[in-house]
Amino acid sequence: MPAQPVGNAESPSAATRPAAIELRGIDKSFGAVHANKNVSLTIAKSSIHGIIGENGAGKSTLMSILYGFYTADAGEILINGKPVKIHGSHDAIAAGIGMVHQHFMLVEPFTVLENVMLGAEDGVLLRGGAGKARAELERLARDYGLNVDPDAHISDLPVGEQQRVEILKALFRHCDILILDEPTGVLTPQETDQLFQILRALNARGVTIVLITHKLREILAITDTVSVMRQGEMVATLPTKQATREHLAELMVGRKVRLELDKTKATPGEVRLSVRNLTVVDAKGVKRVDDVGFDLRAGEILGIAGVSGNGQSELLEALSGIRPLSSGGITLCDLEVSPDAPYGPAVVREYGLAHVPEDRLRLGVVTAFPAWESVVLGYHDDEEYNGRILMDRDAMTNACGKLMERFDVRPRDPELRCGNFSGGNQQKLILAREIARQPKVLVVGQPTRGVDIGAIEFIHRQLLALRDAGCAILLVSVELDEVMSLSDRILVMFQGRIVGEVDGDEADERTLGLMMANAHAQADEAA
Amino acid sequence: MEDLWLQTVSILSATLRTATPLVFAAMAGMFSERSGTIDIGLEGKMLAGAFAAACVAVVTGSAWLALLGAILVGIMMGLLHGLACITYRGNQVVSGVAINIMAAGLTVVLGNAWFGRGGQTPDLAPDARFMTLRPPGWEYAYDIPIIGPVYAFVIGGHNLLVYIAFAAVPIGWWVLYHTRFGLRLRAVGEDPKVVDTAGISVTWLRYRAVIIAGILCGFAGAYLSIAQNAAFSPHMTAGRGFIALAAMVFGKWRPWPAMFACLLFGLLDAIAIRLQGVNFPGIGQVPVEAIQALPYILTVVLLAGFVGRAMAPHALGQPYVKER
Repeated sequence: MPAQPVGNAESPSAATRPAAIELRGIDKSFGAVHANKNVSLTIAKSSIHGIIGENGAGKSTLMSILYGFYTADAGEILINGKPVKIHGSHDAIAAGIGMVHQHFMLVEPFTVLENVMLGAEDGVLLRGGAGKARAELERLARDYGLNVDPDAHISDLPVGEQQRVEILKALFRHCDILILDEPTGVLTPQETDQLFQILRALNARGVTIVLITHKLREILAITDTVSVMRQGEMVATLPTKQATREHLAELMVGRKVRLELDKTKATPGEVRLSVRNLTVVDAKGVKRVDDVGFDLRAGEILGIAGVSGNGQSELLEALSGIRPLSSGGITLCDLEVSPDAPYGPAVVREYGLAHVPEDRLRLGVVTAFPAWESVVLGYHDDEEYNGRILMDRDAMTNACGKLMERFDVRPRDPELRCGNFSGGNQQKLILAREIARQPKVLVVGQPTRGVDIGAIEFIHRQLLALRDAGCAILLVSVELDEVMSLSDRILVMFQGRIVGEVDGDEADERTLGLMMANAHAQADEAA
Repeated sequence: MEDLWLQTVSILSATLRTATPLVFAAMAGMFSERSGTIDIGLEGKMLAGAFAAACVAVVTGSAWLALLGAILVGIMMGLLHGLACITYRGNQVVSGVAINIMAAGLTVVLGNAWFGRGGQTPDLAPDARFMTLRPPGWEYAYDIPIIGPVYAFVIGGHNLLVYIAFAAVPIGWWVLYHTRFGLRLRAVGEDPKVVDTAGISVTWLRYRAVIIAGILCGFAGAYLSIAQNAAFSPHMTAGRGFIALAAMVFGKWRPWPAMFACLLFGLLDAIAIRLQGVNFPGIGQVPVEAIQALPYILTVVLLAGFVGRAMAPHALGQPYVKER
């Protein structure tokens, strides 16, 4: 851990100015989980500093301590060279720290103006402060290109604009240090570019920016300095110029990682899943899936790309039998599904469809159950697991042990409660359960969300192996890299419709990004 | 014709009087629930307030001290609810039910121990009560056709607490939508995490909300025992706290619609009293109990059929726990 700020090492003033943030020996435990182990970090003034690490490495905890959301068990915080005690967010705000949270801290039914004012109202009555806030928002919009309608309700704004409101909230409180926690997870590549432009503009005016992410590309694109965290420890800090993707990945994981997959050309066979004019309307009467149609063949991976919330979840649920169709039809091998013919998860499973759900904690496993119980869920009626009257517990435990062996689930303990496995191991457990019976069709949502790099590698290889064995795979993911590296064909969803199809080999981020924002159609309308 | 008009005026006048405790309690519920704390204990707080007011009035003979006593007891019950729900993050419905049962039991036990009349408090002299205020010149106004009786009995002719109740509605609206406290209160009921990260104490905000609810329940209770009636009698709230809660939900947690819902319930109550002993053509006399059940039947029908999607504050009923 170098004591000197390395970010602006070449500029002579950097060494003499106090660091914007200095953390000394921060330590934090949540029960048995040691989230931050004696972490020290120096962030130079007016720099863009990246903090990278896998899920659960302790990045968010560290920043939550800095923002006063948690209190550290031990350690010191210095802001601009002065020691500060941060007991709550008000102390952090007073010290000039602003934060853009991963899950936006915005009151949905409120207007932009109300959200920006909340906690910084300027007086007991709202009227006076509202006028000033409105003028200040206009000024910020002019200076940084942060345009948002102050009277719009948050729930009506797209996520990109909601994020702008978060940034405006921080600027309105005159922050000179801005922390962004995984800011690009919900953005299209183009929106990410816009965000980075805004961050550069802020940085040019002296705002220190701390960017927390697990995406290597973003670190390399925008930061001056990068710090790497692994399992609660700060393992390295280095100037971004000296960093490479491979080197950073190795620091994050603690061993060499292969970032590229060896993928052979697909050899698609017969159509296993055919979707025709599928429309799904939710309980509020909103069309979530709108006239979607595609064919999925044996031995191919069909990827579905899109910003989250554009109907992918509902499509997955309709295909796996959880959500009823409103119109259209699905042909799954020999099964015809239409709105009038009731069907459900058990029926589609019988016809050879396996489903790895997007939200594994809600739909994949029961966290309070031991692993062997979660491993039989959905297949609990199989003869293998049942005696004449009672269920055969030994058979289930043995089956679980075998699957854990094959899918390298750690710790290899069928009695351990599901909630106590890491995200990656939970996901392997679910994948094992679904793949074990050689399904004809696998529908998989966000296979690597919240999963460590080692497990991502493993899961990707399993999916490719399954494809090569002739399974038809539908992959839905908001991670564009994942969709691009695994898919043989890619469909792009926007507001429930399929707005484009690209061949897996020809896909590039820019084209897909434009489709995800439906920019082509909008350009056509404008013309 | 004249007679029918006088009947109507008298029903409207009674409506305001029966709606008054409902309006106080509905506003109390609104403040508590807008902060995210379910307040099913309105009934109990109102009952305890009514008992406190009657006791203080008997001892001191002062209506104002009695009102103060009711308010203090309301606040104490509110703080108890706050302690269980906010500080110790208990289940808010269970805590509310506990407060109702506690109030129902304690008022009778204490009343019996102190006054020995089966829980009833001694009758109060007019000085120890809030009496009807006559508007200036009402004797003359009464003779003016149509408008006269309205002036004398609907606009005028109530005790002070009725006016305070109906003033509490615009004041509550103004506080909720035009002050810093109101903005924060609405925010904490929608998403306490946002409030916390904005550097505002979630706990203190919610405590202030339950204190305000306690004060308003104190007013409601005092109205019942020392304004509308001249003594406390056991279980005298008779479900008004729940009716007020229903009115507040029917009004979607907003002050004006909640007030109109209270007036609707009040109107039904007023009509029910008039209908007792009346012969309906073809039906004959309807049992008193059936008519008295009308407001409660209406509650079920309104809440089940006409409210639609209730727009409850998003964080209602969830204690605030920082993640992990």
